[in-house]
Amino acid sequence: MEIIRPGFYFDFMKYSKYAIALSLVLIVACIVWMFAKGLNYGIDFTGGTEVQVAFTNDIKTDSLRSTMGTLGFPNAVIQSIGLAGDREFLVRTPTEGDTGYAAAKKIEDGLKTTYGKEKVDIRGVNMVGGAVSKELKYKGFMSLLIANGLLLIYIWFRFQFKYSIGAILALVHDVLITLGFFAFTGKEISLTVIAALLTLIGFSLNDTVVIYDRIRENVKKASGDYDLRNIISGSISQTLSRTFLTSLTVFTVVLCLFLFGGSVIHDFAFAMLVGVISGVYSTVFIASPVVLALPGVRPGAKK
Amino acid sequence: MDKFQVKGLLILAVLIVGVVFAVPSFMGSSELSEGYPGPKQKIRLGLDLQGGIHLVLQVVTEKAVESRMNSVLNDLKNEMINEKIHYSKAMVDTPETVQVSLRVSEEQDELDKLIQDKYQYLKYANKSSGPEGSTVVTYRISPQEAESIKKQAVEQALETIRNRVDQYGVSEPSIIPQGADRIVLQLPGVSDPERAKKIIGKTALLEFKLVDEGASSADAASGNVPAGDYVAYMKDSNQPVLLKQQAVLTGASLEDARVKIDQYNEPYISIAFNREGGRIFEQVTTENVGKQLAILLDGKVYSTPVIRDAISGGKAIIEGRFTMEEAKDLAVVLRAGSLPAPVTILEERTVGPSLGQDSIQKGIIACLVGGVLVIIFMLVYYKLSGLIANLALVFNVVLMVATMAAIGSVLTLPGLAGFVLTIGMAVDANVLVFERIREELRLGRTPKMAVEMGYKNAFSAIFDSNLTTVIAALVLIQFGTGPVRGFAMSLTIGLVWSMFTALVLCKWIQEWLVTYRNTDHVSI
Repeated sequence: MEIIRPGFYFDFMKYSKYAIALSLVLIVACIVWMFAKGLNYGIDFTGGTEVQVAFTNDIKTDSLRSTMGTLGFPNAVIQSIGLAGDREFLVRTPTEGDTGYAAAKKIEDGLKTTYGKEKVDIRGVNMVGGAVSKELKYKGFMSLLIANGLLLIYIWFRFQFKYSIGAILALVHDVLITLGFFAFTGKEISLTVIAALLTLIGFSLNDTVVIYDRIRENVKKASGDYDLRNIISGSISQTLSRTFLTSLTVFTVVLCLFLFGGSVIHDFAFAMLVGVISGVYSTVFIASPVVLALPGVRPGAKK
Repeated sequence: MDKFQVKGLLILAVLIVGVVFAVPSFMGSSELSEGYPGPKQKIRLGLDLQGGIHLVLQVVTEKAVESRMNSVLNDLKNEMINEKIHYSKAMVDTPETVQVSLRVSEEQDELDKLIQDKYQYLKYANKSSGPEGSTVVTYRISPQEAESIKKQAVEQALETIRNRVDQYGVSEPSIIPQGADRIVLQLPGVSDPERAKKIIGKTALLEFKLVDEGASSADAASGNVPAGDYVAYMKDSNQPVLLKQQAVLTGASLEDARVKIDQYNEPYISIAFNREGGRIFEQVTTENVGKQLAILLDGKVYSTPVIRDAISGGKAIIEGRFTMEEAKDLAVVLRAGSLPAPVTILEERTVGPSLGQDSIQKGIIACLVGGVLVIIFMLVYYKLSGLIANLALVFNVVLMVATMAAIGSVLTLPGLAGFVLTIGMAVDANVLVFERIREELRLGRTPKMAVEMGYKNAFSAIFDSNLTTVIAALVLIQFGTGPVRGFAMSLTIGLVWSMFTALVLCKWIQEWLVTYRNTDHVSI
């Protein structure tokens, strides 16, 4: 069975300017959205207290919000998590430390009296202090930065500098698009989501490297004058079938996580779903055209 | 036996070892039979899968320095009286400095000399003129000394908390220091976080102090406190009690603490001092018959019994209208010793047992569904070669489980996601190779050549692409906390093994097919 015909060739580079324009529009939209609406940082990064609660009967977010108001937490953030049928919520208040416990206890007891003891399942309580949340934010940000830096160096070392620029731009693209989706849906950015971002960086780069590897090989094979543009389009075409297959298997398992993995892993899977699609797209339409656009020594040439 | 066969045997050996290590983890909760030949350890489940409580505590080390400075100050006051240095006031100013107000500024030299001789760790900081012509001299504790007190406080806190957790009866707790003044505590299976926090966070400083009956406590409470005394309050009634500052005995002299029931069915705590404590207790009670002795816990007065007789034998009781649970917990913390400094909770994550159970079930379902879909897909798309890739996938999971069980790594919920993701990504190596083999076949190469060239040409792409993911995962291991680190661990382990299964195991099988079975075509 074959998805892509053998000998298939498509001039990807011809259309790359449209694709880049599309990406720019999307990214600008994402950034505007992020600034306008703001990212919904979870307590990992803001500090505070969070109660995860599941109900046996159908409870609306609005009802929960008014309950929290009567309990004395009008500022509580209420968020439905997992799939629609899970009836699971995160209730977040900015209080931390000892007042955080008192708040958590009050929320637990209040929910049980309001909705009935047997209908409320307190699934977990998290409290993150201000000092820790600042650290986590710093560490999360640093880990993204360091991972990108290391990868830049690695690609530079294995290929060429302009290749690493292409790869990193593709990664920044993926991260921004994914964060934009989080801003758009209002989903919570937690530590796990940062882990997902790093993973999709790894995955997206995986794709990019496979195509780069093919470009390097084809350039070596080419004799005399060659058209880098043709080689790049050709390399993408030759690896397209692999790109489809691998992305499909990864997408399939991530979709399984999204659908069956439970509430805790839901946002992680969501980030990965967006990232996998963005990753494939950015490899073909961002990472490769950048290599073509940037001046540089003949790739793969003997130094 | 040729090289190819030796290689096959080595691969087989790796797989067998992997299976032996992995079997206990796959057995779930059912018991292994007695005669099982391999190691019996299973993958440990993280708190998020088992339920339990994760705490990050901070030892307020400044308090340890401050309390040390207080005791130094008491000592210094006595010394100054002995040396006839006239001071109007002496106090601990900030946690790290003491201030002495001298009536006669000329006596500063003597004071400096006294400090230099007896308290080398106190360094002169500054002086200023105080009220009524006094001179205020400030001494600061040396940074080295402060550092060592802080370090000791953290070590002792760690030890004390370890003792308390042991006494509380948590199975497989993990208590590790983090940074300069933090302690990370993991208590799997603890269902009552409130109670656990009370046991761990209580300073539990037990003190015995004499009540000063020479002055009225109400008078003292309104501000008229005699020298060497201070006002403490009763635990329940909040009534003021005038106490001598100096404690005659502390919890450090305790040997045991047990819950007992009195004739009214009320619990109380019976404590036993160690030999030296018993001796001091006997001496104090002998000298102070008829007076009141206050028993304080964390600064609150629990009771002020009158000493009727000298008490020998080193036993005493603490009453305080406890509930049974309170009394039991108090006995635990008293036995385990007091914390050298208070602790605050910086971070707390509690996972209820229902959530943990739910997470495991859902994670495994996601794993199974995802795995089955990928297996079907590979089989349809690549036929016999797909079957080989699926075999590799199964062994990949087995080897991952084996490695995690062997190195004692913890499986968290994101770790389970790492498993699922690995399933998706592991086949990538196979896909890369198979696509290459197809290309080579199309060029008209013989099956044998095509397989050989396929593996050879795909290698650099597989190596580079896996390594980039591993780099990202290693950064996560370095920076991540608990569950996230678990994810990065399982992803890394999975990817490393996927290189083995795809590039060694699959290659061997395919080479065997085309070389020894002399098939004239590759099913791909």
